[in-house]
Amino acid sequence: MYDFDYHRPGSLDEAAAMIAGKDDVKLLAGGMSLIPALKLRLARYSDLVDLGAIDALKGIRREGNTLVIGAMTPHAEVAASAEVARAIPALAALAGGIGDPLVRNRGTIGGSIANADPAADYPAGVLGLGATIVTSRREIAADDFFLGLFETALKPGEIITAVRFPVPQAAAYCKHPQPASRFALAGVFVAKMAGGVRVAVTGAGPSVLRFEQAEAALAKKFDPSALEGITLAPDDLNSDIHASAEYRASCVVVMARRAVQRASEARAR
Amino acid sequence: MATVSLTVNGQRVSAEVEGRTLLVQLLREHLRLTGTHVGCDTSQCGCCTVHLDGKGVKSCTVLAASCEGATVTTIEGLAPEGKLHPMQEAFREHHALQCGFCTPGMIMSAVDMVRRKGNDLDEHTVREQLEGNLCRCTGYHNIVKAIQAGAAAMKRKA
Repeated sequence: MYDFDYHRPGSLDEAAAMIAGKDDVKLLAGGMSLIPALKLRLARYSDLVDLGAIDALKGIRREGNTLVIGAMTPHAEVAASAEVARAIPALAALAGGIGDPLVRNRGTIGGSIANADPAADYPAGVLGLGATIVTSRREIAADDFFLGLFETALKPGEIITAVRFPVPQAAAYCKHPQPASRFALAGVFVAKMAGGVRVAVTGAGPSVLRFEQAEAALAKKFDPSALEGITLAPDDLNSDIHASAEYRASCVVVMARRAVQRASEARAR
Repeated sequence: MATVSLTVNGQRVSAEVEGRTLLVQLLREHLRLTGTHVGCDTSQCGCCTVHLDGKGVKSCTVLAASCEGATVTTIEGLAPEGKLHPMQEAFREHHALQCGFCTPGMIMSAVDMVRRKGNDLDEHTVREQLEGNLCRCTGYHNIVKAIQAGAAAMKRKA
């Protein structure tokens, strides 16, 4: 790891001042992706600003029909939260399936979505539920947030403070994990909202994406049978040593069917 | 270089560290607490597991400077000098190791598992919750038995 100057601000304002106008500075959340990247010298920064001491960025609360999760809330806390289990159990299950228990004690929702790894779990939940990303400057709709491979709409100097999730009528997340890394080879988040059905796919493409054909079919009938004959074109999907684009395309449909089944069962209870 | 101050195994300590110094380097190289092992250095194997403010973390993937004011427990601090923690005793009793390299991390992870999942652990839960710790010798069989027994023994001692 190349060395850097480490900073530990106690407030959001202090953090914002530390990164303002600097392009070689990086925010550190849980560090579960950033520290390995630094170790491999895939990245190099003059300064790291650690958000770990800013208590205002942590915590989970319900505001009417919205669940608000602070950016620095660890996955383990989301997975174990009674508030999340009541509002969006699919999101608690998603958080409980990220990495391993030790990673979940440290990794955060804000760090995960700011990193925008194409195979990370949280982007599927954020896009699938049509969440809103709250930053130090503005609010960004999930549909406008994920732009590509490790690329988001965040501007230099902008800090994610929280994610606001609308509470769905039913939702579920299913992933087929790569057995060694546990990142998703294909992960599908399905949500039945008041305004329609959303289906978000992670692990298969260069970035999390919406499976619009499946959304249209499920809007007519929210049942696994609605996905009969529906396919995802493999053209823009990833091929690597773990799976071909065709395998991923097929896997996405299977995961989507299972997610709809799981969401329907959860709803019936 | 900056000074980081924290509590390790009940003792207040301070050390001069670089920004890039990892918690595991602080523990092993500055404090000479070499019970915490570095296996993979890529946050996969879990040999470096310690408790940071009461929660299990992989100390190869935490910056030492991030631990300012924190409380850290390593395998050396799990039980009073000369005594074994019930989980350590269970690992000994069930011969849950061969080479022993992964054992400190396994035990720290197992104690964290009890915190999260309680004292009555079935085999499936233990195997699932142990996915952040790799052992290349044992096939996990005795480790799983030891964790179940250790978890139960922690309840009796509590």
